[in-house]
Amino acid sequence: MYRLGIDVGGTNTDAVVMHDRDVLAGVKAATTEDVTSGVLEALEQVLAKSGVERGKIANVMIGTTHFTNAVIERKHISPVAAIRLGLPATACLPPMVDWPEDLREAAGDLGYLVRGGYEFDGREIAPLDEDEIDRIAEDIAAKKIGSASISSVFSPINREMEVAARDRLLKKCPELQVVLSSDIGRIGLLERESAAIMNASLLALSERTVDAFGSALKSTGLHCPFFITQNDGTLMDAAMVKRFPVLTFASGPTNSMRGAAFLTGIKNGIVVDIGGTTTDVGALQHGFPRQAATVVDIGGVRTNFRMPDVFSIGLGGGSLVRRGRDGAVTVGPQSVGYRITKEALVFGGKTLTATDVAVALGEADIGDKSRVAGIEADMACGARAAITAMLEAAVERSRISPEPLPVIAVGGGSILMPDRLGDLDVLRPENFAVANAVGAAIAQISGEVDRIYSLENGLTRESCLKQAEEEATKKAIGAGASAATIEVIEREDVPLAYLPGNATRIHVKVVGEMGGGDAVAA
Amino acid sequence: MLSRPDRLWTVSEAEIEALEIGSAILGTGGGGNPYIGKLRARQALRDGHQLRIIRMEDLPDDAKVVSLGGIGAPLISFERIKEGREGLRCLRALEERLGFKADAIACEEIGGQNAMEPLITASFAGLPVVDGDGMGRAFPEMQMTTYAIYGHRSTPSVMCDPHGNVVIFDHAISEKWHERMARACVISQGGASTLANAPMSGAFVKRFSIPNSYTKAIALGRAVIEARQRHDDPVAAICAMENGRVAFTGKITDLKRHLKGGFVTGEALIEGFDTCSGQTASVLIQNENLVFKRDGVVEIAVPDLIIILDIDTGNAITTEILRYGQRIAVVALPCHPLLRTPEALEVVGPKGFGFDDIAYRPMAADEPATGSAS
Repeated sequence: MYRLGIDVGGTNTDAVVMHDRDVLAGVKAATTEDVTSGVLEALEQVLAKSGVERGKIANVMIGTTHFTNAVIERKHISPVAAIRLGLPATACLPPMVDWPEDLREAAGDLGYLVRGGYEFDGREIAPLDEDEIDRIAEDIAAKKIGSASISSVFSPINREMEVAARDRLLKKCPELQVVLSSDIGRIGLLERESAAIMNASLLALSERTVDAFGSALKSTGLHCPFFITQNDGTLMDAAMVKRFPVLTFASGPTNSMRGAAFLTGIKNGIVVDIGGTTTDVGALQHGFPRQAATVVDIGGVRTNFRMPDVFSIGLGGGSLVRRGRDGAVTVGPQSVGYRITKEALVFGGKTLTATDVAVALGEADIGDKSRVAGIEADMACGARAAITAMLEAAVERSRISPEPLPVIAVGGGSILMPDRLGDLDVLRPENFAVANAVGAAIAQISGEVDRIYSLENGLTRESCLKQAEEEATKKAIGAGASAATIEVIEREDVPLAYLPGNATRIHVKVVGEMGGGDAVAA
Repeated sequence: MLSRPDRLWTVSEAEIEALEIGSAILGTGGGGNPYIGKLRARQALRDGHQLRIIRMEDLPDDAKVVSLGGIGAPLISFERIKEGREGLRCLRALEERLGFKADAIACEEIGGQNAMEPLITASFAGLPVVDGDGMGRAFPEMQMTTYAIYGHRSTPSVMCDPHGNVVIFDHAISEKWHERMARACVISQGGASTLANAPMSGAFVKRFSIPNSYTKAIALGRAVIEARQRHDDPVAAICAMENGRVAFTGKITDLKRHLKGGFVTGEALIEGFDTCSGQTASVLIQNENLVFKRDGVVEIAVPDLIIILDIDTGNAITTEILRYGQRIAVVALPCHPLLRTPEALEVVGPKGFGFDDIAYRPMAADEPATGSAS
């Protein structure tokens, strides 16, 4: 079976064609302002290079940072009616209270507080105020708002009231697109609500973008289904992305780490993705990126998405190499960035970059070697030592055990990586430069449960974990995973202080191959 | 009643940001994340209320001071956020029940979430908050304040929830009973309520509060912010500020957590790096970080402050978000002398937490433990 993976990054759009576990061809094209023409370019190149007939491609998987960038740049954001069910609780902090003002304005700054919501034990804080929902519906219609978010207190435990409020709204506003916070996030009202509002504000953009991807594929002669990768390295189909664009927010680093795991067959290790300006370092656990435990800031808004725990340093192929006043050689954080193909010495430019040092030392063969023959040996060696020290420190920071884990170097700048870092071996897989597109191509389907259980009346930690696992599995199969390939990749239980009945928060995530008998184990 | 309103310190939005960081540090792993409280305090400011702090020495001896704070599960306060005026309803009900008018508000616990509630409620009531608190850090239970330890009887007290329910605890035969009954009531109110205690005299507060808590927490937070701006070591800045020391630097290699009687207990194992390379350490946890051991030997114990910080950012890491693989610094700060008298150690020393085999040795060796403060 043939599959095609694309990763649309800020600078490059990478694409690969794979046959089962083999990468047949990989290419890099420039990302374009409209996104789709860069995608078209990469598609045409990679199909030509691989020589695979278009009709044989069974699936296309796309990783994109388009929606993240929309929030960061405050572009293409639509106004949202942000409805919260929880009064009289939560009255003191209205929706979007901690958003940067420009983003709040872009999203319409329309918060509504309504009686409703649940207590931690499932009791209602108040019955849903249906009259108020009707009044809001009238306001939405009058203001011609196209999308709404609904977040109820403790909806991760019981989402009924969010559903009821949505149904009520749709009676008066049948065209309204409604996002429920329980579909998006975990416990933590403001973070989950913010994610739901952001999601609602991106619905118009995601509709356009997903359609544009679809027509780009069609115009290339690819009529197969396509999927988009989400934060956890698993897939969503086109219809799902239209509804949940926020779930793609961290797919970039996730795809490069997943690609690195796949290309090397290593499930536990440290991935170092060296680009032109920065290096991202993260740990792989069971073939997936280790997740950050804290809240994640996106465009100035706190969210509680699960994101890979990635640490960035200012080192890349384009990093400037200079001598400081004290004579010590420094590398980065300034970089020539995407201008490297014009400004680096080996490309005929005038700036000494980390890439030039690697070529001068005979560690890489890029551009015109003769142009770096004049670099002083102590300058080259000093830069080499500085680069190694930076990489060692970054890797050490991500190490999760004293065992000697392998280090996997990927990304266009990975020529900077030495063969060993301290006591760790370094692996440089084939196709390292397009690991992120490979990560997209091999993405799987997931199911997740995150809920508070009361461990009493015969319920044990084990029985609740099992119940959560079954529910997560059902969700994954419902989303298209093949049942035989499902495995649990996250299972955690955190006891909650000060509550009776041994309340415990249980989080389980399972993944499986996309259904259709085309299992490709990562 | 307060003779010198001109001497009140008006807290700014920047100081609220610093207080969020400082109070999290003084939370010693517990106390709950002060983020929601910070947003509420900021909102109060933006709505035109004044957050004011009164210096301890300016508090008249006969002032009536009400301590208040949140009680319940920190996680709930992130989901079922407060209505906002629970504290004010507590205060008004208490004043009505006892027939008095409060002159100032006091803080029970400067560490964590409870640093913010007194400021917010006081701003609504137009009262100042005393620059002090009852713990100088965070502790899990109400009887662990210096107020309770040195003889204040906290009932009658009032507990309020977001719905408008008002519960008066008329009399508890001991502070421990008050804690027990309050916990039971919190659950029926949805797991996170606000409690105001019977008033204390200004004279009592001046004698038995941990002094300068707000000044200290805000200065700590500001030190961290400034160190970050200078790209300096925030951990060193914290130690310099509070006469503390970095007890250990290392990486969490194992974490055992379990529930015992509604509290999270456990142990974090740490493998040293940098100057601690080759050593191992552990921190025993009961909601807060209570005991620090190096190579199996107890080195620092509660009530001295054991703080786990992210080694790079200086951010406090609470026991809920402690995680395998984190790179941390363990910082130890000496507790206030009021917490290490024999009567205080009965309640908040190692024995108060069931560590019968651990004897408390104050880390502030140059500052001998006082016999008794009363």
